[in-house]
Amino acid sequence: MDDLEKARISRRDFLKSLGLGAAAAAAASVLPGAAAQAAEETAGATWGMLVDLTRCTGCNSCALACKEANGLPQIPGKVPTALDADTYTFVEAFQVANLRGEIVTRYVKRQCMHCLEAACVSACPAAAMHSSGEGPIIYRASRCLGCRYCEVACPFGIPRFNWDNSITPKINKCWMCYERLKEGEEPACVSACPTGAIRFGRREDLLVQAHARIASHPDRYIDHVLGESEVGGTSVLYLSDVPFDRLGFPANLPQVAPPKQTEKILYKLPYVIFGMAAFMTGTALYTHRKPAATVPVEADAATETPDKEA
Amino acid sequence: MGEIITYPAFWIVAALSIGIPVVFLAGARFLAVRLAGRSQGAAAAAAEGIVITVPRVRSPWKVLRDLVLIGVMATGTAIILVRFMFGLGAVTNLSDRFPLGFWIGFDVMSGVALAAGGFVMAATVHIFRIHRFEPLVRPAILTAFLGYLLVIAALLVDLGRPYNVWRPLVHWQYHSVLWEVGVCVATYTTVLFFEFLPVILERVNRIEAITKRLPTVAFYRWLKKVSIVFIILGVVLSTLHQSSLGSLWVIVPQKLHPLWYSLYLPVFFWMSAVAVGFAMTIVESNLSSRAFKRGLEQPLLAELGQIASVVLAVYLVARVADITARGAWPRAFEPTLQAASFWVEMIAGVVVPIILFAVPSLRRNPKVLFAGASLVVAFGVALNRLNVSWIGLLSYTGNIYSPSWMELVVTVTLLGFGVLAFYLAAKYLPVFPEEGAHKAQE
Ligand code: SF4
Ligand code: SF4
Repeated sequence: MDDLEKARISRRDFLKSLGLGAAAAAAASVLPGAAAQAAEETAGATWGMLVDLTRCTGCNSCALACKEANGLPQIPGKVPTALDADTYTFVEAFQVANLRGEIVTRYVKRQCMHCLEAACVSACPAAAMHSSGEGPIIYRASRCLGCRYCEVACPFGIPRFNWDNSITPKINKCWMCYERLKEGEEPACVSACPTGAIRFGRREDLLVQAHARIASHPDRYIDHVLGESEVGGTSVLYLSDVPFDRLGFPANLPQVAPPKQTEKILYKLPYVIFGMAAFMTGTALYTHRKPAATVPVEADAATETPDKEA
Repeated sequence: MGEIITYPAFWIVAALSIGIPVVFLAGARFLAVRLAGRSQGAAAAAAEGIVITVPRVRSPWKVLRDLVLIGVMATGTAIILVRFMFGLGAVTNLSDRFPLGFWIGFDVMSGVALAAGGFVMAATVHIFRIHRFEPLVRPAILTAFLGYLLVIAALLVDLGRPYNVWRPLVHWQYHSVLWEVGVCVATYTTVLFFEFLPVILERVNRIEAITKRLPTVAFYRWLKKVSIVFIILGVVLSTLHQSSLGSLWVIVPQKLHPLWYSLYLPVFFWMSAVAVGFAMTIVESNLSSRAFKRGLEQPLLAELGQIASVVLAVYLVARVADITARGAWPRAFEPTLQAASFWVEMIAGVVVPIILFAVPSLRRNPKVLFAGASLVVAFGVALNRLNVSWIGLLSYTGNIYSPSWMELVVTVTLLGFGVLAFYLAAKYLPVFPEEGAHKAQE
């Protein structure tokens, strides 16, 4: 464990020192973890959304606007009740006890959390899951193998696969309306929300806002912004007056980003490769040192007529 | 069902699913007869034992067995075609909450592990130069090569967009464990092909070289000369992806049961792969000796068992130490499926084989040795891979996945094609040692 940790840290220092030179860009794209580190340092500058559950009335405007904006099929007169291949976001209702023990109804808008160091991006073998570098985690179907490892990796259980599509299934999930963002617009769900329960902005500012709201209403909010530190931080943040574990958020979410775990191991691999190759080559050279005496002459197949038994 | 009969596609599937196995079998038979016929002229032909024997009356049991096998394989082929027409949801029990199932957990994860004999035996003989194991190398490499082809076949069925399977080779993703596994499996399968190629060339050369010297002869010589490079490459690649199949699950700390989740998963996967490399060689030798009525290299196999017991013992100590260090032992004594599966895996798959292999009087008995090796294969490794990729995850997801009968039939079908390919290759290529050495034992 310790040396794993050390290897990672020394690698980072090494990268930082490289950061001065022109090699930085190349190194960042080539060495594992460098990109993640960059993501960490610019985390403040990424886009994000703040969902204040105390303000949500469960009107479902966001879910319907999402369908509209992304051209997803709808069932007329019905609101979506779960994430599926045609639903990037929906509003889930809970009858729960709040901190004072009263039973209240709370509505939770669910969608991809747009993790700062997304497990799905780290897991994807073909860069189909991709970090835009500005917060949104986007999916590029043309590269996707359909291996579904991103679904395994996602700590929030978000990605959805087209199980009934024979040969062009996709992974489906919220992409924070990245197209709209690039045109200077907010995500469709944010624009549609009539109560201001969803705020859009720079993650840094949203965090400040969230803590300000907690500070001014300590009796209303629980003192926790979900997504601030969970799985290394997410671009989507939640404020609530009911403990999050009663609202269907996964319990025991790791505080470190899951990709960190695999990076520890992947950083070891160069040593494994060279160590193994060197050991095997060394052994082979040693055992082959007296070729004439110990190595039986390999039979020449061209002239050999082995007598396989009948 | 009634409606489905009206689809033209149904009839295409039906025709193809009977057609593909038949064409495969007929093609193999044709090749076999042709090879045998062509070598007839060679001096050695009579002694080669590949002359197709006169058809004899077959026992009804064997006919029935063959019919059942062909039936299963035709069904499996049909299911694969259905999967490519109606999607993975039509044939599997997979869902977004349990997206990787039996085809990955068994066909791919166990498949790769059980093919470890290739690199383990190649390293033992050609790198460590323990020459007495030479007769076991070629069958082990053949098993490995076919094993990897099966893994790739299963993967192509399981992938949603299999035509993109090459993409990891182009878009390098150093941070993705799956990327690394994919690249290593692709490269290592190529390496295995070159490790096995001399065997094919020997056959080609023996047939043709009598009359003319082929370029393949020179190629063969060159291959032999550089073979050590391929073997070292094979060991490195195997070490990488055997272990990385374990790393795949390191990204889900909150999902995998603590009896298996560990940062040292890759190390355990590698160690158990080495152990099963030896065990699988023992199993495969036993099975092929029955199929081909060959003698058994019993003393050599017993020695392999002895080596395996050492590897297994180290593995056992490491697993115990890891669970102790993480304080996960209480979870092994809960009344859960996971705990039960854990004990079966460790006792039947590790502890018992260690004893069977370590006690000289036991391992000298061919039946005991075979039983011990089979236990390692079935419980020590296959069950371990299923525990990590399936049972161990159920504690998080709830009991929402078990393979559908169609998933199982496809697995059996792919295995069937693999065994058939092994049988044909072993029968018509110089895979097994050809001297009369083992005749004495028969
Ligand atoms: S919530 Fe899941 S799908 Fe969304 S970015 Fe995080 S890991 Fe990826
Ligand atoms: S299913 Fe597609 S997006 Fe998800 S990990 Fe596999 S290749 Fe990447």
